[in-house]
Amino acid sequence: MALVRLRGPLKQRAAGQSDHPIDGATVVEVLRALEQAQPALGGWILDERGRIRRHINVFVNGEQQAEDGVVQAHDRIDVLPAISGG
Amino acid sequence: MTELLVGTKKGLFVLEGEPGSAFEVKARAFPGEPVEYALRDPRSGRLLASVTSPFYGPKIWCADDASGEWTQADGLALPEGGDQALERIWTIVPGEDDQTVYAGGDPGVLFESRDGGLSWELNRTLWEHPTRPTWQPGGGGLCLHSIVPWPGEPAKLALGLSAVGIWLTDDGGKSWRHGNGGIAAGYLPDDAPADTIQLCIHNLHRAPARPERLFMQFHGGVYRSDDAGESWSDIGDGLPSDFGFPMVLDPDDPDSAYVIPLDSDRDRVTPGGHVRVYETRDAGESWTPRGDGLPGDNAYLTVLRQAFGRAGGGANLELYFGATSGDLFGSGDAGASWFTAAAHLPPVYSVRASA
Repeated sequence: MALVRLRGPLKQRAAGQSDHPIDGATVVEVLRALEQAQPALGGWILDERGRIRRHINVFVNGEQQAEDGVVQAHDRIDVLPAISGG
Repeated sequence: MTELLVGTKKGLFVLEGEPGSAFEVKARAFPGEPVEYALRDPRSGRLLASVTSPFYGPKIWCADDASGEWTQADGLALPEGGDQALERIWTIVPGEDDQTVYAGGDPGVLFESRDGGLSWELNRTLWEHPTRPTWQPGGGGLCLHSIVPWPGEPAKLALGLSAVGIWLTDDGGKSWRHGNGGIAAGYLPDDAPADTIQLCIHNLHRAPARPERLFMQFHGGVYRSDDAGESWSDIGDGLPSDFGFPMVLDPDDPDSAYVIPLDSDRDRVTPGGHVRVYETRDAGESWTPRGDGLPGDNAYLTVLRQAFGRAGGGANLELYFGATSGDLFGSGDAGASWFTAAAHLPPVYSVRASA
């Protein structure tokens, strides 16, 4: 299983837990499985199209990945709001 | 005591006060988040707020107390797996049934709630309308910003969309038809098809005391319909500009309307630096500027579509509007005189009042 790490409002909506062990072969699979495990996150990370919201960044082992990024067991996935401002 | 719900670029502000003197901020919610629209449902007392987080997307939240806990409403999304996502909720409107509430948003979508706003369902007929592939957004997006129930007739609704014209239903949204007769768009060529739907509606209201009468602020012109939105007449003569967004009616007077013209679509500020609300009491035959107490010179304000609200009616009509400058003005005498209700707020997106 990969380990999804959440912060801030996303953590709050996920029962206050930051770490979530989740199965999935790609970023979008993991995020959809996360939504199923934590329904209050529905629509907060992925939009209806299955795309990562514009100002959310997803990192797999520290490298930013898109929806089709490959995920392997024991990977660490950080879901973070993008930096806003300049 | 009058309560104002002021949606701003930086959260929801709840103000209370008496007409004639400055209002006090009683509560603030969603700090840092754009609150597009908020109202208190007069039937239940429930607060509903549309919040468009730049990070987490558009949501509707509900609460009984603005300072208390807010609950996210369910179901506010487009069908999964499509090629569009919900961008924004522009308006929330109580329906005629006890628990019915409507919400309109971008991209040109209508949601319906049968439980007072806690859960929502997309109106599929409008979503799947055969003309949708031809719909074009206005400058602010493909906005369904006006939802106009018919008092006592829950099945009848009129919608205003930018830039897709007026839409009407007599069967509770099971079918929709256009209501665009007589609307002339100066931004289209002279030989544009007469049945074009590329019509940039800016605001739409129904006169409750005469429901077949509607008033509409267009991209260029102010219009009135006396046949429930089937056809329209331009009533904008006498206004300093045919452009603007905000509109309010006196619910007790079907011949009344208030608008706040802006200079033009290229320069969306109060004309000549004069802040004026324009009032008609003869269904648009004539317009009277109302500016006593408003900035008269060097005031180039932008008042957005939903930033003009009212409480009461007739002799007790109160009017309130906010600007992107953060100024908030009010009138306790139907526009005859004005006072500054608040200043230095964040840019104001919406104002709704209850007394």
